[in-house]
Amino acid sequence: MIARGSWKWVALAAIGLAVVLALPRAGVPPFYVSLLTQTWIYAMVAMSLDLLVGFTGLVSFAQAAFFGAGAYAVAIAATRYAHADFATGIVIGLVAGAFIAAIFGLVALRAEGVGFIIITIALNQIMWGLAYQWVSMSGGDNGITGFVRPKVGPFDVSGNSGFYYLCVAFLILMLVLLVAITRSPFGLVLRGVRETPRRMRALGYNVWLYRYLALLIAGALAGVAGVLFAWYNQFVGPGDLDLSLSTQLLIIVILGGIGSLYGQILGAGIVVFLSNGLSALTQRWELILGAIYFVIVMYAPDGLVGLGHRIVRRIRGKRAAAPRIESQLLGVTGEES
Amino acid sequence: MSECLTLTNVHKRFGSLRVLEDVCFTVAAGERRGIIGPNGAGKSTLFNIISGELPLTAGTVKLLGRDVSRMPAHGRARMGLSRTFQTTTLFPRLSVVENLILALQAGSSDRFQCILPRSRYRDRHDAAIELLSRVGLESRADLAVEALGYGEKRQIEILMAIAQRPKLLLLDEPTAGLPQSDASLVTEMLKRDKSGMTMVLIEHDMSVVFDVVERLTVLHYGRVIADGTLEEIRADANVQEIYLGGKL
Repeated sequence: MIARGSWKWVALAAIGLAVVLALPRAGVPPFYVSLLTQTWIYAMVAMSLDLLVGFTGLVSFAQAAFFGAGAYAVAIAATRYAHADFATGIVIGLVAGAFIAAIFGLVALRAEGVGFIIITIALNQIMWGLAYQWVSMSGGDNGITGFVRPKVGPFDVSGNSGFYYLCVAFLILMLVLLVAITRSPFGLVLRGVRETPRRMRALGYNVWLYRYLALLIAGALAGVAGVLFAWYNQFVGPGDLDLSLSTQLLIIVILGGIGSLYGQILGAGIVVFLSNGLSALTQRWELILGAIYFVIVMYAPDGLVGLGHRIVRRIRGKRAAAPRIESQLLGVTGEES
Repeated sequence: MSECLTLTNVHKRFGSLRVLEDVCFTVAAGERRGIIGPNGAGKSTLFNIISGELPLTAGTVKLLGRDVSRMPAHGRARMGLSRTFQTTTLFPRLSVVENLILALQAGSSDRFQCILPRSRYRDRHDAAIELLSRVGLESRADLAVEALGYGEKRQIEILMAIAQRPKLLLLDEPTAGLPQSDASLVTEMLKRDKSGMTMVLIEHDMSVVFDVVERLTVLHYGRVIADGTLEEIRADANVQEIYLGGKL
């Protein structure tokens, strides 16, 4: 099933990659290269969130906390402790994201469904409170500046296009890793947990443990994306881990297609480009953005990837109905009593 | 014969509601036990307590000689307890074969393996297909479970439980809602099993009960009112009065 027609996907991916790699060299203005870089970073953290939402059935509003933990950790390490090199930064991001996820998991995984959502909102808000009010450590509202993009081995990524390529490399790495996870026996266990946790327990799976492991992986990957974001902006502030970012990440996942992974790249692109493009046009840009999200969720609740699949099937003459958004988010399948 | 399952003075209350009171019984290894009783007698609650889904209020549950009263459900499953549910509880958006693979890999350490693809585990896939072929459902392997008919779902439900090669199998109304022809398929499947596993069966359909089991435990308002061989239960005046309406 996977092998048949897979060359088409390889070809598509190769063409997409070639375009992505050529863009900075093809005279695309630096402003757009910069927005694309931001897209890749948002896509990374949205994909890590998709592992939770799409594959484990955990709708988390705390992904920005893991992302921000990585960003703050690398900024603090660079400005206070003079640990500013590339490899250390990435490791710090991994550890910081996983560490915050490990703590959050102990609290949030005591609940399921809506309870879990509410707790993640509260935890994310605590992280924001720390960043905003622990001024001696985080710089409060002023954030942290005074660190630069490190060299990656012999490569200088301080420039716009160099950093762009670094982010593309990490995006591919993360996509490959996440696809591998979801196709592994462990990935099947996660999907089982998403579908029917009760049955998983009866089969002998420690449901809590698998959710916790998924949270750790998602936290670590989001932490790395946060490090890249800190380097990208050369600044970190409370906006890097606030609740509205967590919400935005969830919107990206829904726009891209829950459980699609690569769809998050599209979702991130739409959010980044629309919010930047619209805000240049009008002061009321958030109103328009909201309307656009609304239309997409109403008419393509399975996201852009799902919409694409349905269009292809329609062209081939097969009927295909969109699934309901709540059934994807909260696992309401009508099966469980 | 050694004991497979022993319940001693098991109580379960939901607030002030006493669902189970002082339940004691023992199921020997290899035995096929039926649990009968009118609606609301506490049969499904009893299963949830044996499998560890609900904590008990008082008493002990011993599985294969070990006190498991405080062990979580997944730990008991790891010890060899497997169960089916009254309403089918499968993984609706996963394929039929994936449902069975989840049952097959539950006891294996590579359930934590998160890098290599599942296509490396051909044996497990083949084992799942072999299970399906036992009930003639191998053509359904790649369909999502939600696309199956009700009877097929029930068969998959039981296959999943059997796939784990349990030492103790709890069956909660395996033929509920099935037309007669499908119900007898399930009954045959259970009777044909020669692995010697212990079975505890909740069932309303008396023809299934008397066909499959050797001993019966009768629950009434959360209490065990009779426990014995089929003949003993048939002869029990108390049971006839309360449950069988004197018709047997």
